[in-house]
Amino acid sequence: MRHLINILDLTVPEIDALIRRADDIMARPEDYWDACAHKILATLFFEPSTRTRLSFESAMLSLGGQVLGFSEAASSSAAKGESVADTLAVVSGYADIIAMRHPKEGAPIVGASHSLVPVINAGDGGHYHPTQTLTDLLTIHHVKGSFNGLTIGLCGDLKFGRTVHSLIGAMSRYENIRFVLVSPEELKLPSFVKQEYIKDRGIEYIQSQDLESVLGDLDILYMTRVQRERFFSEEEYLRLRDSYILTPEKLKLARPDLAILHPLPRVNEISTEVDRDPRAVYFRQAHYGKFIRMALILMLLEEAAK
Amino acid sequence: MTIDSIHNGYVIDHIPAGSAMALYTHLGLEKLGCPVAMIMNAQSKRMGKKDIIKIDGDLDLSLDVVGYLAPGATVNVIRDGTLLEKRTLDLPEQLTGVIRCRNPRCITSTERDLPAAFRLTDREKRVYRCVYCEAKYEK
Ligand SMILES: [Zn+2]
Repeated sequence: MRHLINILDLTVPEIDALIRRADDIMARPEDYWDACAHKILATLFFEPSTRTRLSFESAMLSLGGQVLGFSEAASSSAAKGESVADTLAVVSGYADIIAMRHPKEGAPIVGASHSLVPVINAGDGGHYHPTQTLTDLLTIHHVKGSFNGLTIGLCGDLKFGRTVHSLIGAMSRYENIRFVLVSPEELKLPSFVKQEYIKDRGIEYIQSQDLESVLGDLDILYMTRVQRERFFSEEEYLRLRDSYILTPEKLKLARPDLAILHPLPRVNEISTEVDRDPRAVYFRQAHYGKFIRMALILMLLEEAAK
Repeated sequence: MTIDSIHNGYVIDHIPAGSAMALYTHLGLEKLGCPVAMIMNAQSKRMGKKDIIKIDGDLDLSLDVVGYLAPGATVNVIRDGTLLEKRTLDLPEQLTGVIRCRNPRCITSTERDLPAAFRLTDREKRVYRCVYCEAKYEK
C-alpha cells in the first residue's frame, strides 16, 4: 500500500506527474467532478489545523467524493486513550483514503502500518508536512514554468522551519539550483540539512543575514515566520525581526519577475502593503494547495486500485 | 560451574573492556536462572584488554544487543559440548526494542506497545536515528 509520509517518498517523475495532473485539474475542473464519486476521505486531525483540513476536504469534495473525520483529539477516540494504531485500524475500514495530522513526530508511520487504505501525512508535529511542500512546488512551477536554473531565497527561521528543510530537500533534486539562505545567526539552517541537501549534492549557496543585500538575485523568495519564542530576549527579537520583514520599500531592490511565497499563516513578516504587488503569490499558493491535494488523492487511489 | 565446560550456551568473547556489565544488564542475564561467568580485563593480543561473558544455558540471545553494545565481539554458540557456530558481530543496521528514543515529541513516547526502532545512518560515526522521528540517539 502506497502512503505519503515524507516529500522525498516521491520521485522526481512522480512529482512531475502530480504537477501535470494539478495543472490539468485547474484547466478543466469539470473533467474531475466525478473522479472520486462514491469514495470517502477520512480527515483524522489529532491536532487542529483548520486550513489544512479544509484544503483536503475541499479537494475531495471537488473530486465528487465524500468526507468524514474529526478535527481535534478532544472530539475523537484519542481523548479516551485509544492508540494511533487502533484508531487507524478501525477508521481505515470506513474510508478509501486518510489524511492524518498528529502532534507527535512519526505518528503517520505508525498509522500507515495499521491502515487498510492509503495514508497522507497532513503534518506530524514540526516534522513533515509533504502536502505543504507539494503546494510550494506547484506554485513555483506554475509561476516559473520549470524548476531548473532557479535562485531560491529562503528567509526567516531556517532552523526550526521544517517546511524550509523539506522544500530545500525537494528542490535540490533539480538542475542548476542556487540557494540563498537568509536568517539571523540564531536561526541558521541546521548543518545536517545543509550537508545532506546542499553540500553533498554540490549545489551553490550563499548564507546572509541581510535580506536587502541579496534580494536582487532571487527568482523565488520563500518567507517564513520569525517567532518570538525562538529568541533569548525581547530586545533581540525586536532588533532582528525588522530586518526580516518584507516591505514595498525593500521590494524595490527585487527583480520584476520575483515570486514571493509564504506557507501562511503570516504574522508580520510580510507587510500587508506587499499583498497588492503582483509578485506576491502567497494567497494563490494557498489555493494551489487544493489542486495538488486533488492530484495526490487521485494518484494514491489509483495506486491502491492496482 | 567450570567456566570452560559449557554444554549448551554461549561464550561472548572480544568484548571491549568495560562493556561487559552493560551487556549483562541489557541482555537481561540477571533474570536468568542459569550460571553466568564474567571475566573483566582479560589479556588480549588483538585488543590489549577485553571482557568475556560465558553463559551456561540455552537462551534466545539478542545478537543485536551484543552487536550494538560490543561491536567486534565474537559469539560462540555451544551445543552439546561442541562449537556450533562462531560469529563476529558488528553494529546492526536495525535496532528494535534495545534503546529508547529521547525525543519527547516522538510518537514512541506515547503510543502503547510501540517498541523504539532505530536505523544505523552512519556506521563510521556510529549514528543511530529513530525510525519514527529521525532524532539522533544520544547516550
Ligand atoms: Zn523518535
